[in-house]
Amino acid sequence: MVSQIGLFALVLALITALSQAVLPLWGSYKNNNTLMLTARPLANLQALFLTLSFVMLVVAFIQDDFSLKYVAYNSNTTLPLMYKISAVWAAHEGSLLLWVLLLSWWGFLIAVFSKSIPDEMVAKILAVMGLVGVGFLSFVLFTSNPFEVLNNIPAEGRDLNPLLQDIGLILHPPLLYMGYVGFSVSFAFAIAAMLSGQLDASWARWSRPWTTIAWAFLTIGIALGSWWAYYELGWGGWWFWDPVENASFMPWLSGTALIHSFAVVEKRGAFKAWTVLLAIITFSLCLMGTFLVRSGVLTSVHAFAADPGRGVFILIFLTAVIGSSLLLYSYRANQIKAISSFKLISRDNFLLVNNILLMVLMASILLGTLYPLMIDAMGMGKLSVGAPYFNAIFVPLSLPLAALIGIGVFIRWRDDSLKRIFFEVKYYLLISIILGVVWSLIYPQWYLVASIALSIAIWIFLTSISRLFNKKRLANNSRAKYGVTLAHIGVAVFIVGATLTSLYSVEKDVHLKVGESYQMAGFDFKFVKMDRKAERNYLSNEGEIEVYKNKKLYKTLYPQKRSYQNQQMPMTEAGIDAGFFADIFVAMGEDLKDGSWTIRLQYKPFVRWLWLGGLLMTFGGILAAADKRFFKFAKMAKIKLDEGADK
Amino acid sequence: MKKLIPFVLFMILMLLLYIGLSLDPKEVPSPFINKPAPEFATYDLYKNDIKISKQKMLGQVWLLNVFASWCYSCRAEHQVITEFTKNHQTVVIGLNYKDATEDAKEWLKQYGNPYDFVAVDKDGDIGIEYGVYGVPETFIIDKKGIVRHKNIGPVNRDSLQQTIIPLVKKLEAE
Repeated sequence: MVSQIGLFALVLALITALSQAVLPLWGSYKNNNTLMLTARPLANLQALFLTLSFVMLVVAFIQDDFSLKYVAYNSNTTLPLMYKISAVWAAHEGSLLLWVLLLSWWGFLIAVFSKSIPDEMVAKILAVMGLVGVGFLSFVLFTSNPFEVLNNIPAEGRDLNPLLQDIGLILHPPLLYMGYVGFSVSFAFAIAAMLSGQLDASWARWSRPWTTIAWAFLTIGIALGSWWAYYELGWGGWWFWDPVENASFMPWLSGTALIHSFAVVEKRGAFKAWTVLLAIITFSLCLMGTFLVRSGVLTSVHAFAADPGRGVFILIFLTAVIGSSLLLYSYRANQIKAISSFKLISRDNFLLVNNILLMVLMASILLGTLYPLMIDAMGMGKLSVGAPYFNAIFVPLSLPLAALIGIGVFIRWRDDSLKRIFFEVKYYLLISIILGVVWSLIYPQWYLVASIALSIAIWIFLTSISRLFNKKRLANNSRAKYGVTLAHIGVAVFIVGATLTSLYSVEKDVHLKVGESYQMAGFDFKFVKMDRKAERNYLSNEGEIEVYKNKKLYKTLYPQKRSYQNQQMPMTEAGIDAGFFADIFVAMGEDLKDGSWTIRLQYKPFVRWLWLGGLLMTFGGILAAADKRFFKFAKMAKIKLDEGADK
Repeated sequence: MKKLIPFVLFMILMLLLYIGLSLDPKEVPSPFINKPAPEFATYDLYKNDIKISKQKMLGQVWLLNVFASWCYSCRAEHQVITEFTKNHQTVVIGLNYKDATEDAKEWLKQYGNPYDFVAVDKDGDIGIEYGVYGVPETFIIDKKGIVRHKNIGPVNRDSLQQTIIPLVKKLEAE
């Protein structure tokens, strides 16, 4: 019963999405107000149907309804309730349903919060969103139906992959998807603006807060994914340049470029064509990410069930949506005239450099990710592109980009002089370099890159903070300014974390018998004992490791090796002492059967700062999107509208 | 025209991804092809006193089929392997990879035992020697003990008819 309702709601959602794609657009073409006004109710209806469908799948999981293939393959009666719920998006079919659900929610939010935008524009925006929805809903219904029933109902489900039985699964995919899908909003705004030939400052002002929020979601989604990989995979790494990670990082880079170029469009009326292109590219990267993850064209640690048939579907959809958008762009972009001019030393130009660096970075990562595919396609053999390539391009491109932040916040629009900027920032520059070099000298081994990176981090921090004190009273600063400051400080914090963790982590694989100790990074690790524990759906070997600092007990860690009932692969659950300045990370390796175990010990300085940086960027983004001027603008438009009604 | 550049680049990218769909990134050519098969010596799952080793197999063409009771896709493959052993005299050794003895016996009881021998590889050491990174995998080894083919993933009827049987016939005639 539950599954029938779910499937039926899904079909209704497809019909609604189809109407949402066609009717308002037809209305705007025919200048028919009634048809245009169907956009909002249809968007609401689509969200309603999809929510219903999704809730039905959740209910099926909670009720252990193994008549559904998807439930039987990904759940189990012994699974704790919260994992039963999050198992809904643990595999292909359900995660796609989550994708379209979130897409419909974004549509709903636009329908609600678009009072300030002309109806014709809303009609076009929601029509584009509807079109994207049609693509994904047909994808779900025709290739990946989560409500598919089994003829022989199994008594027990196959269980959720133990790697996924974790808080990370509850948070990471929905937040990441909110970001991915959120960029469909910027895309829809851009297409709508191109269709009506109305690429102006007001378009930027409407689109900007949505884009920034999507970006904030993507940021926190990626940060959470990194944090999850760190503690769950048991390797202590935080970024692996895996194709699937790259697939989320590329739209992030392009989205970062987009939120910056929007500033130029809104404030200066320049970069309009470029910004539209960025909006299209960002969304196409989101779609391509979905393709890469779901089709299995690249090998990845995210070993999802790959299916080329599904790949073909996404590829056709991607080609149709993005191909036609780029054709529309090539037709429209020639008609866009820049109304402003700017000099070499100006904020306009610095943001252009920011955009170029970000896009070069993105393109290099795209090249590295697809290179194995290219070589294979040309029949030139098999190879893989690993971390050395990505690090080699990432560090030299991202550090100058970060360094520019410090000047970027000081430089004036249109025209400025280096002399004036230098006069303003010279003390910050000096202090940053001194502090950065001193900081890097504390460590046993000195690296030039540490001095540079730490100086840049301090430089960003000082210049960002100082901007807040420009006004006489702190309260005079807008939310946008606080948001920008917070996000940039997030970048600084991230740089500190990435630099120090990468350069100064200590790692050792040791063989220890119970009772033995090992000394590393100023700590004594004592292997006290092993315990066997039975939990609800797994057995675990739990080690007890006492960590001593200066002969005093500092912490006791309990790393586990788990074996789940329905899976063969043992799982490593690391024991982590999370600290603001360093993590101590202990993972059990192999039982050597002679009373000793291999144990991996790691000391990771400042590793938390990576995710703290991501968190600050996220909050910064949200704060900036909540700036009063976006609301003020909405209010003004409403007053205008009311006045019009009076006459 | 300049504005068409993004479109053209995008289309090239899509073409590349389309070609990519027909390729299998997991199919890494084995470095063992045309090299001597790694030496190993172990015992039979049912009879501990029967020793199985590469040396003993010299002089005949044989198949090494890596399987495990915990391996889901082995079940489908098992029917195909069973069919093959019914119709062909070629020796097939099952390499029981990282498995518990009782589980393996139970599994073979349930699905049938087509193997001439079941070589036990409890700790996966032999698997490592043979570069096994996914179960099932099947190796064809010739009379001189040289690996001539590696089938990654389950053997299906197509790969059996088109690749394995012709190759085995050819090698047996050599």
